[in-house]
Amino acid sequence: MPSEFFLLSTSLVLRICSCANSATFVAFDSLTMVHFKRFTLDNGLRVLVHEDHTTPMAVVNILYDVGARDENPEQTGFAHLFEHLMFGGSVNIASYDEPLQRVGGINNAFTSNDITNYFIQLPAANLETAFWLESDRMMGLAFSEKSLEVQRNVVCEEFKQRYLNQPYGDVWLKLRPLAYKTHPYKWATIGKELSHIEEARMEDVKAFFKRYYHPANAIMVVGGAVSVEEVKRLSEKWFAPIPGAPTPVRDLPQEPPQTKERRETVKADVPVDALYMAFHMPGRTDRGFYEADLISDILSRGNASRFMVNLVKAKKIFSEVNAYVTSSIDPGLFVIEGKPVKGISIEQAEAAVWNELRRIKDEPVEQDELTKVINKVESTMVFSELNLLDKAMNLAYFELLGDADLLNQETEKYAAISVADIQARAQSLFRNENTSVLYYLAN
Amino acid sequence: MIGIDRTQAPAFRQVEHIDLIKAQQHTLDNGISLFSIHAPEQELVRIEFIFANVNWDSKKPLQAFAVNNMLVEGAGSLNASEIAERIDFYGAFLQTDYSYDYSTVTLYTLNKHLQATLPIVKEVVSDAVFPKEELDTFIRNQKQKLNVNLEKNDFISRRVFNHALFADTIYGFMVEESDYDKIVRSDLINYYESAYQPKNCTIIVSGNADDSVIAFINTLFGDNWAKTNPLAENNFSFKAGTGELHFIERPDALQSAIRIGQVSLSRRHPDFASLQVLNTVLGGYFGSRLMANIREDKGFTYGIGSALVSFKDTGYFYIASEVGTDVCQAALDEIQKEINILQSIPVPEHELQLVKNYILGSMLAGLENVFSHADKFKNIYFSGMSYDYYDNYIETVKTITAAQLLDLAGTYLHFDQMEKVIAGKM
Repeated sequence: MPSEFFLLSTSLVLRICSCANSATFVAFDSLTMVHFKRFTLDNGLRVLVHEDHTTPMAVVNILYDVGARDENPEQTGFAHLFEHLMFGGSVNIASYDEPLQRVGGINNAFTSNDITNYFIQLPAANLETAFWLESDRMMGLAFSEKSLEVQRNVVCEEFKQRYLNQPYGDVWLKLRPLAYKTHPYKWATIGKELSHIEEARMEDVKAFFKRYYHPANAIMVVGGAVSVEEVKRLSEKWFAPIPGAPTPVRDLPQEPPQTKERRETVKADVPVDALYMAFHMPGRTDRGFYEADLISDILSRGNASRFMVNLVKAKKIFSEVNAYVTSSIDPGLFVIEGKPVKGISIEQAEAAVWNELRRIKDEPVEQDELTKVINKVESTMVFSELNLLDKAMNLAYFELLGDADLLNQETEKYAAISVADIQARAQSLFRNENTSVLYYLAN
Repeated sequence: MIGIDRTQAPAFRQVEHIDLIKAQQHTLDNGISLFSIHAPEQELVRIEFIFANVNWDSKKPLQAFAVNNMLVEGAGSLNASEIAERIDFYGAFLQTDYSYDYSTVTLYTLNKHLQATLPIVKEVVSDAVFPKEELDTFIRNQKQKLNVNLEKNDFISRRVFNHALFADTIYGFMVEESDYDKIVRSDLINYYESAYQPKNCTIIVSGNADDSVIAFINTLFGDNWAKTNPLAENNFSFKAGTGELHFIERPDALQSAIRIGQVSLSRRHPDFASLQVLNTVLGGYFGSRLMANIREDKGFTYGIGSALVSFKDTGYFYIASEVGTDVCQAALDEIQKEINILQSIPVPEHELQLVKNYILGSMLAGLENVFSHADKFKNIYFSGMSYDYYDNYIETVKTITAAQLLDLAGTYLHFDQMEKVIAGKM
């Protein structure tokens, strides 16, 4: 049940697709589209249906509108711990996994700073089993002390495996609080520290469930070899009896604009130094998100990218260096990370990055260079349409952002970005006072 | 809708059969075998050029790996960034992949851009140039990557384990930083001339693989690719181990990486499918005995699993996990206990039925698009088998009995003969 890493790799999945109609768009003119039908139950559950009869499978994806950003600062890591507890049995069904496996189904879930997402893949003929299981755990959990105790241990081991027992594994535990001083993005989904998880109590678990796990706070997408009528019938049967509850009000403290450059140096037993730079950038639905995302591609996607050609190959400053965006709903981070080659100091490495950043601020990118990354974004979307689960997850995510059909407008939004937009966005991102720099040095 | 009984599971059906899109064989003018898995409704195509790894020499252990990685760093008159730019501009993807048995070059593209992108692939597989400067960069960066990986317990346990099973063969060789210093450009060119030639190449086309696609591939790759260097097939054989404990102490570890296993069956063996069922019971899915006991009951780990892996001429079985250092010995004891139970008590009918349904369901889920149908074909083709393999596999899953599984556990799972690798503390 990945957290941080999922978050960082999601931008590709969530870039799924539609059509191309811009003049700059030489490569694509095919129209692709993820079709869906939508209905809402009386208790507030939103249901989307995507029929795809090229597969004998069905997918049921349920997104709950709660993530690590909704946690109490004294109880971080709770949304993710709770996700584990959702597999510990529900009011009428002792085991969640067992009956699903018995009908040939597989399932998993992930938690990010913004959302908690659960999914099932199973033979479409056995679709009802998924409705039975998911409706029961939306209705109520078993809340077993044993499950809480075991999952606290499992999550602590996950914390160690992914964050503490890996070289550079704790970097996000340090970079988040450097870049965010106010917004709850300042802690990672796994939590600030092990003790927050170790101290989780049953009464907190129950309160969390009551507040966030109910129909009006969820979006369900059913896809594959299914029909709208069948999904309607099953939704009425299994989910309609669950009582509705008011949608929780979200009032998060927003991050004030950064006014001064921030720096931190840590030392650890790692084989080589590493450089991390984070710049505040717009949230997922802002036009500026698309600009920043394309800038990250221009800088570091593939063998012909600027970082690869200039910093890795020509100047031999880095052995690896990447730029990416965190794709969060509230304003996110544009991140650059790299490992300098032997003999290059961390200061030289940072200066070389700034050279590239200055260049993209001072000189407009070539139209061909921009077209190339836009084309790559679109083809990535076309290819990810081959995956039913990706389509279902993306529909749920864009429905949360306001309308599932936004998914079908993604390509147009990328295609509409101009050379001037890129330059303006680069100028607003790459300012000293918008920068947090972490030097992660070898002992 | 009042009165549904939520304690009762809805009725369900076992997966009856699995429909595979079968591969069609074609032969290019120069004799290359091409297999197409055609889905006419698609507008995109994946073309894989697969070359067997050859000429294994433990004094030059990185030849095949380095050559595969360097293919896109310069070919014909194009340098690395020109190759990438021409592919990227059309939204296509060009990948190189190295595994123990095969090296692959893969193009993903929309069909309408095949004319523009496929000629680049021809340059890469037939006219790579291995520029000196790019090679130096590759070596420097790979050394650094190795040093970072050597700080990861999981990575350490894997290489020690592979070496314990497969010694200094391509499967087991423990690469050190100094091995990168042994890479010589002229060796790479020699290797390239041997391995990347038509008689060592198989092409797999999936997606929209209509006649025009096959014809275009033939035009480019069926001719003007005249390498004929001698090559020696990689052939290895392995004996059962002596079941030693390999402990790599990592004083600052918070978790220990555990890897336990032995040389086992390849896909060609008649018991392979049956042993897969047994493996699933033990550690092959989320509800497996290892997960249920060591994660879900004891909370010792974030994850534990087992797998049966097939290579060209051999295979191996392994169990892997990362556990808290304080419970490392307890986890080992539980693993041994679970293997002993498989050897002494028949799998209960209820559990066996679940595992059977689960395997059939996940096989179906594994066929989500045309590329997965091509992957299924590669599994059998490179093991020298026909589609009967899948019919037999499904039949085995449906009919295998608890008594047969008990026998298999006695024959193939020997905890005392398994190599046991621990990287961390115990």
